[in-house]
Amino acid sequence: MFNSLSDRLNDTFERLRGKGKLTEADITSAMRDIRMALLEADVNFKVVKDFVAATKERCLEADVLESLTPAQNVVKIVLDELTELLGSTESKLVLSNRIPNVIMLVGLQGSGKTTAAAKLAYLLKKQGKSPLLAACDVYRPAAADQLATLGGEIGVPVFRGDGQHPVLIAQDAVREAVDTMRDVVIVDTAGRLQIDEQMMQEAVDIKRAVKPDQVLMVVDAMTGQDIVNVVQTFAERTDFDGVIVSKLDGDARGGGALSVRAVTGKPIKFASVGEKPDALEPFVPERMAKRILGMGDVVGIIEKAQELADAEQIEAAERMLRDGFTMNDLLTQMDQIKKMGGMKKILGMLPGGQQALRQMGGDMDESALDRNRAMIMSMTAEERMRPSIINGQRRARIARGCGLTPADVNGLMKQWGEMNKMMGKMRSMTNQMAGGKGKKGKKGKKGKGGRVRMPGMGGMDMNQLMRGMGGSAAANPFGGGGSDMDLLRQMEQQMKNKR
Amino acid sequence: MAFFDSLKRGLERSREALNEVFYFGGDVDEDFWEELEDTLVMADMGAEISMQVTDDLRDEAARKNLTTAPQLRRALAERLERVFVEPATDIFSDTPSCVLFVGINGAGKTTTVGKIASAEAAAGKRVVIGSADTFRAAAIEQLDVWGQRAGVPVVKRDRGSDPASVCYDVLDQADRTTSDLVLIDTAGRLHTSPELMRELAKVVNVTRKRAAACQAGPMPVHVVLVIDAATGQNGLNQALEFNEALGLDGIILTKLDGTAKGGIALAVAARLKLPIYRIGVGEQVDDLQAFDAHDFARALVGE
Repeated sequence: MFNSLSDRLNDTFERLRGKGKLTEADITSAMRDIRMALLEADVNFKVVKDFVAATKERCLEADVLESLTPAQNVVKIVLDELTELLGSTESKLVLSNRIPNVIMLVGLQGSGKTTAAAKLAYLLKKQGKSPLLAACDVYRPAAADQLATLGGEIGVPVFRGDGQHPVLIAQDAVREAVDTMRDVVIVDTAGRLQIDEQMMQEAVDIKRAVKPDQVLMVVDAMTGQDIVNVVQTFAERTDFDGVIVSKLDGDARGGGALSVRAVTGKPIKFASVGEKPDALEPFVPERMAKRILGMGDVVGIIEKAQELADAEQIEAAERMLRDGFTMNDLLTQMDQIKKMGGMKKILGMLPGGQQALRQMGGDMDESALDRNRAMIMSMTAEERMRPSIINGQRRARIARGCGLTPADVNGLMKQWGEMNKMMGKMRSMTNQMAGGKGKKGKKGKKGKGGRVRMPGMGGMDMNQLMRGMGGSAAANPFGGGGSDMDLLRQMEQQMKNKR
Repeated sequence: MAFFDSLKRGLERSREALNEVFYFGGDVDEDFWEELEDTLVMADMGAEISMQVTDDLRDEAARKNLTTAPQLRRALAERLERVFVEPATDIFSDTPSCVLFVGINGAGKTTTVGKIASAEAAAGKRVVIGSADTFRAAAIEQLDVWGQRAGVPVVKRDRGSDPASVCYDVLDQADRTTSDLVLIDTAGRLHTSPELMRELAKVVNVTRKRAAACQAGPMPVHVVLVIDAATGQNGLNQALEFNEALGLDGIILTKLDGTAKGGIALAVAARLKLPIYRIGVGEQVDDLQAFDAHDFARALVGE
């Protein structure tokens, strides 16, 4: 996401970076590029004007121009302003004490309300709530069926009522929630155009009838300039509390999201980044702004990995450090990568990852994961635990067992060898850290000072990861093997900054 | 002039914005041209095309000594009209014909299939619908409802089954019953997902192969991209990616009844030289109408 905007700004700043001192003309030319990039990213015209004016003013201040690193300063200012525009703080979904809580979703046709409703329900369920979905879209054929199917898939009940009167359905759903002890009601409404007076009135009526604690507007990340007209009317009529940006997993630069915030002042709460029910993420403005500037989303990866980590895996990581790396560990890692959305998604979140992906033609051979899995499954329990015993004969047998060639097995063995070597390095590093003084020990807040911070990734760095998964070192965007530890250090730094 | 009127209604906001430029822009000076460019950008035409169009118009104004608002307005309408490509045939009335509808999620594919099925069935065509969106929950049921409304058979399989097999089935049935028009709905997908694009390429291939083997002679297959008029510059990426993966024949622009300007259609047409087959200017079945570049351009600038 925001791909091309990052590229544009990177280009601009690449030029600035080469200069020792910036002139006003340099800034003006950089701002012209930024203006163009933002316009092409569908940021609303007026928002762009304000943004560029404010940014330019700050860049022209003497301390920026005369500092030793003017280009970096400009980058920082653009980042700050962009973050500001996106909303300077992370805004979470806050539920009130009322039971049941009512969340109402509104938006244009095809913006993704029904899908978002299901995702939201899934998220709340994961947080220990017991949501109820209310199907108030009585116009689009089979809309209620869609919600019912999605509800069934995530194990959340769906209230359909009489399927004719949206206001009644919403009211009855709240009553149903009280009767069946559900604590959150998510009201999915029909898509409506902001100029359709009758339909807008219906939304107002539903709102009046069920008094939702939160009204969320679902906005398609691909919307163009018109988004301003849309959200303005919706804000006036339904006075929504926040925004869910949908379809951010495409390559839309999502400039509309910037405009929404700037025009209505309403916070963006969630970003929808995939088709699966768990693909709804809290919207983090700073992270998003960084991403726009091509700084990568390292924190995002770590959080994702942490979310997936449980005590068992932390134990596994410890054991790995103690006893070395087994084929079972490799298997677990590959499963983790799959769970995190595959190599491509992880790579895309890393600094420079998007560019690397494009160099590879926007595609990665994820099937390598499956092949590796098949090979490991063809090993005996002992072979998995002690891969060093695998000799030529065993390799041939394994290859036969999974329908691949001994050369493939060799590749896997080589990969394991590298991982094991990595583990050795990690071991000595963590030993150092555990023995080291103060500073590093501190960040082990949970009392696990210096332990591997990414269970499941188990100390792999991207070099290793890439080589293993794509099977090709040529596709490695992160430089030579000498930088093994750099990325981990970077990630640690990021984590520290975040605290 | 019903079409022109509803189109005008649909494009009202674009026209208003342009009118402002023309009426309140005062003298044709540097500010006027800048404002015109901004207005075109705001219509989602994209910065590049907006600049190009403005520069062209500026040249033309200088060459032909156009100074008044009506003159410039006409020149602008003509310039915009030239961007569009005339379709060689109407793929829905020149039958037999098989049309596959593709696009991103929520563009309005299923609704468009339903509306076209209703309109063409009412016009006396023997239509059959194929429900190859086997992914989205209740997509099949949604199309079923449209099929019933139009009195048109819907060929389907269970959710989760292979979409290509549905295409094969529907063409089988069309072949057997010598239908005029086969409309196939596909699952919405983001063009950034290579796996899903490959799946769709397979769907198109299977359809083409089966259609070529029809007993009554090969049935032409058309792949149509459905785009929401509110789409911003990403619409261009969508069109480029879908075109590269599938080889598009044309575009259908939906949801022009809001305040969206639909300028992205212009950008896509200019870049890919693809005709626009239909535009949706309202929720009713007959609000999905044939595209007329002349009318569209005139409505856009308020001629």
